[in-house]
Amino acid sequence: MSITIDQISKNFDGFQALDEVSLDIPEGKLTALLGPSGSGKTTLLRIIAGLESSDGGRILFGDEDVSQLHVRDRNIGFVFQHYALFKHLTVAENIAFGLESLPRKQRPSKTEIQRRVDELLDMIQLPDVAKRYPTQLSGGQKQRVALARALATRPRILLLDEPFGALDAKVRKDLRRWLRALHDEFHFTSVFVTHDQEEALELSDQVVVMSQGQVEQVNEPASLYARPESRFVFDFLGQVNTLSGAVRGQKLSQADAWVSLPGIQAEGEAQLYLRPHEVQLDRSPASHAKLPLRIESISLIGSEVRIELTPEGWQSNEIWEVGMSHSEFARQNPARGERWYAIPDVGHLFLAGANHPRSVNWQYPSGISASNQ
Amino acid sequence: MASQQHRVGDTPWIRRTLIASALILTMLMLVIPLVVIFAQALSSGWATFAENIGNEYTLHAIGLTLFVAALTVPLNLVFGTSLAWLVTRFRFPGRKLLITLIDIPFAVSPVVAGLLYLLLYGRNGWVGSWLTEYDIQLMFSWPGIVMVTVFVTCPFVARELIPLMQQQGTEEEEAGVVLGASGWRIFRRITLPNIKWALIYGVVLTNARAVGEFGAVSVVSGNIRGQTNTLPLHVELLYQDYNIVGAFASASLLAAIAILTLVAKAFVEWRQSRPEHPAPEKGGV
Repeated sequence: MSITIDQISKNFDGFQALDEVSLDIPEGKLTALLGPSGSGKTTLLRIIAGLESSDGGRILFGDEDVSQLHVRDRNIGFVFQHYALFKHLTVAENIAFGLESLPRKQRPSKTEIQRRVDELLDMIQLPDVAKRYPTQLSGGQKQRVALARALATRPRILLLDEPFGALDAKVRKDLRRWLRALHDEFHFTSVFVTHDQEEALELSDQVVVMSQGQVEQVNEPASLYARPESRFVFDFLGQVNTLSGAVRGQKLSQADAWVSLPGIQAEGEAQLYLRPHEVQLDRSPASHAKLPLRIESISLIGSEVRIELTPEGWQSNEIWEVGMSHSEFARQNPARGERWYAIPDVGHLFLAGANHPRSVNWQYPSGISASNQ
Repeated sequence: MASQQHRVGDTPWIRRTLIASALILTMLMLVIPLVVIFAQALSSGWATFAENIGNEYTLHAIGLTLFVAALTVPLNLVFGTSLAWLVTRFRFPGRKLLITLIDIPFAVSPVVAGLLYLLLYGRNGWVGSWLTEYDIQLMFSWPGIVMVTVFVTCPFVARELIPLMQQQGTEEEEAGVVLGASGWRIFRRITLPNIKWALIYGVVLTNARAVGEFGAVSVVSGNIRGQTNTLPLHVELLYQDYNIVGAFASASLLAAIAILTLVAKAFVEWRQSRPEHPAPEKGGV
């Protein structure tokens, strides 16, 4: 069942939580609503569920307008951040709750409910906890039970509000993988809210980036990371290195630092955004860029060596970060306090006033693209 | 443990003095008066005690008191629960004010409350004069007594529930409604089990106060023996009649209710502090 969000607005005591948000959520896909706190993602999820009313706009499930339909009748599954298990009911009673709440005519028989509960307990790989109470379970187990409870009535749509937010890193990773596998098996339409970029990119088929009550960008994870459409998405999705300066004669410069911009005709203030993996380090400047930096710290843990640097002879609001392979690190042997030069391969230029970036590619000069996204 | 460092002023000498004075005060102010009530009530023997309790007017006072409590407790149970539900589950202008207003019966002297009811609902009162035309008399009869008792005891249940329901939040109920449960089913299966002990606690306190209320009731009852005399009022009447043993016999009933209340209260507090479902059972089913 696909979901259509049509110009949904919500105002809380003068705070515009959602501002005419429109969005299509495809059937059978796992969609992430990603954004910082206060971006309206949870409010949007609660409006889809019917737990919150919108001030304007419509919600459609498939072709059916459900805006006026009570939560109770929307037939959705909802998973809460803090599990919200019924603490006075056993795990089995929790899972059976939705089935037992069905109107008498639709309600399955006792044995049928029992069978379904056992089936779900198998699905969440916790066949032995049926008689336990929620307080006797670990966080990860609780969230699995919450998921089983949400799926018991075979909802059309599964909504998850920061489902892994309250769990520790290890459990979170396991559960994430498990949810992905479960989704690949059953293909329910699901929407989950998260503020964790990694989680959104790893888990979902489609990511909706939100900020200040509006949708910034909707894309598949790979495209989203490779082609952010706005400064916000750039800043929000992972580490980014910036050079702010003035463009004159196809060159962006600030004090001692400059980068050539082949093919860029515009002039004026601009910012260049560079991902850590789009930059290399060398002991001398290149012909197309001179970005002197001093190494502040070197982190060896992980698949890549992470080097943090500060500008020398120019300014940047944030520390620069560059990744280097371990073999490259062994060959070059950079040390803290040394001066190095950043050599950009690919960059994203924001001209003053423009909200969309233009790509610059130095690595393959023939393929220089100044695409106007 | 002499080697351990003492907190400031925590010398054995001060500690003993404090404990001793606390004990002596408790004995003088609380325990001895309680013992005296029973001693006085039984001072002329069990037969006289039974005779005093068996007195027609005393029996009526006991009956009226229990009747008033039996009406007050369910009324305030419903009122307190609805009010707590309202202020913890909904956001609306004036919500904070309403939470403050719940405490009025605690802040106002019961005598003043009684007088206000008399002014409003008495024969010449604003509402009372209109009711008189329909031949309905509230004051100086049992409905008036119930009304002021409800007023005086109405905060107990709400006050117990509001902090608890605030702390528990609405997530479980939201989970219930998403799963398609009706409002009643959510209340009975989710909310009620969560607030059960606080509710019982509130009921115990409401009942104790309803049985023992004197000030407000004495203003609106008219003290008619065998008609509008509750047990606390009856104690005073007997005492003024120089029937000391009778007064204490009735008072001992009230004291007994008080002791029962304390036991019930301690039990409920113990249940509340105990985790509902302790340590996991060994390995599953």
